Amino acid sequence: MTSWIALLYLLSAGLFILGLKGLTKVRSARRGNAQAALAMLIAIVATLLEIGIVDWRWIALGLVVGSAVGVFFALRVQMTQMPEMVALFNGSGGGASALVALATLWQVSVEPGAPGTLASVMGGASAFTLSLSIFIGALTFTGSIVAFLKLNRTLSGDPILLPGRHVINALLVAGSLGLGGYFALAVGDSSQIALYALVVTGLSLLLGVLLVIPIGGADMPVVISLLNSYSGIAAAATGFVIESPMLIIAGALVGASGLILTQIMCVAMNRSLANVLFGGFGAEPAAGDGGPADEYGPVRSGGPEEAAMLLDAAERIMIVPGYGLAVAQAQHAVRELADLVEKRGGSVEYAIHPVAGRMPGHMNVLLAEADVPYEQLLEMDRANADFKNVDVAIVVGANDVVNPAAQNTPGSPIAGMPVLEVWKARSVIVIKRSLSPGFAGIKNALFEGETTMMVFADAKQAIQGMTTELKEL
Amino acid sequence: MGSLLVGVYLFVLAMFVGFEIITKIPPTLHTPLMSGANAVSGITVVGALIAAQGGSVTLGKILACLAIALATINVVGGFLVTDRMLKMFKRR
Repeated sequence: MTSWIALLYLLSAGLFILGLKGLTKVRSARRGNAQAALAMLIAIVATLLEIGIVDWRWIALGLVVGSAVGVFFALRVQMTQMPEMVALFNGSGGGASALVALATLWQVSVEPGAPGTLASVMGGASAFTLSLSIFIGALTFTGSIVAFLKLNRTLSGDPILLPGRHVINALLVAGSLGLGGYFALAVGDSSQIALYALVVTGLSLLLGVLLVIPIGGADMPVVISLLNSYSGIAAAATGFVIESPMLIIAGALVGASGLILTQIMCVAMNRSLANVLFGGFGAEPAAGDGGPADEYGPVRSGGPEEAAMLLDAAERIMIVPGYGLAVAQAQHAVRELADLVEKRGGSVEYAIHPVAGRMPGHMNVLLAEADVPYEQLLEMDRANADFKNVDVAIVVGANDVVNPAAQNTPGSPIAGMPVLEVWKARSVIVIKRSLSPGFAGIKNALFEGETTMMVFADAKQAIQGMTTELKEL
Repeated sequence: MGSLLVGVYLFVLAMFVGFEIITKIPPTLHTPLMSGANAVSGITVVGALIAAQGGSVTLGKILACLAIALATINVVGGFLVTDRMLKMFKRR
């Protein structure tokens, strides 16, 4: 590699970091994304320059097919389907890294029938990281596909718990890493190396499936964050194989990003990562306090008219959107109601719980799509400090994230989970189809609170009804 | 210092930089961050390009071509969809 091509790679790595920095503010985020894209373009051009004039047919075919599929996905995907798309892309990123490792192995060892161990052909470090790259990449690939199938409900969201799964998984990890190290460092015959590499690939693919099937649908935000991280680590492993500093840096950045998001999701759900990965949470209704819906005391319920009358007298309104809002596609209806309230002199803000959507930050994107200005989207801590000044809080399709049991019932399954303290508002309107429990499977005392009015209806219809009634007041 | 050790240094330092910057990214931008991370993880295309040079029809080349296609899906799709999302974030 000539030095100036190496400097192009450095420029690329620097631009990736700058691009990421751009994402720390909404105003500079688009520019940051463009800088990262430019960094990628520079990396690809530098690589093509490094390769020089060769037969480019395979390269062109891959680039053209990949670009076409990528454009298709990017333009067609609905914002509600972003979790599915990210899951698929995690998988293709991991799969690509595993394929690069296999392709490299075939070309340096298997196809030329190179004598000696893989370590003697390409260096011990490259050989060993090559087996790691296959391992991480392949398990990310199948794990992501299972996550995708659970997210789009092709597979049931219920955890699938195999007997002895921890032992099986431990054996698969030990087997893939052990055999991987063995073929990289000790096996001297290239056809044997090929065989071992395929076995490692197979074990890793199986491991990916087994790691994700026991995890419940509600925990998918954690899983796709973690697989996001793995896809970066797989890319970094590829960087070790081909000794590319730029790949190592970019891969590490993605790895760090995924880990942070995983951590944020776990904190927001009051779970440890180990509990998410190995717990099989949601396999049966959570025991403990609270109970099914029939244990509710008297609940005050009303229709859109009564709700509109509350809004008529209110100045500050806080909307608390949950997953049910996205399911009912009620974002635009909510925006119309907010517009009307503002036209009548009130103010509207939105309190966003970190797990309000189906992935980190998902609710914010759904509301942005409905033209809600991002300044009106409050993080949990800000919102909780504000609820005491709020006249009416409207909870749309959220349940566990507004359950006071998290703070006042130590034995509750959600005890200690950070929640939105909507009960501090002067009145609360909860729009929900029924009193059925949320993912945690427990009762929500908010619903029978003195200041709470339940509106039992589909989120979209209820909001539209409130808008119509408010217009007439 | 061997190249493996240099690589480990870079990996660890880049992780630190990543942690420092990413903890400052507001929750509003976490979904674009993830799709952007998808795009960046497509950087593995660099390894795929190197493996795919040359016109021979061998299993190694076919695997490399497939790797380019998968990584390019991430790169192109990831950056495009991230931009599509970020365009929707508007001020009052």
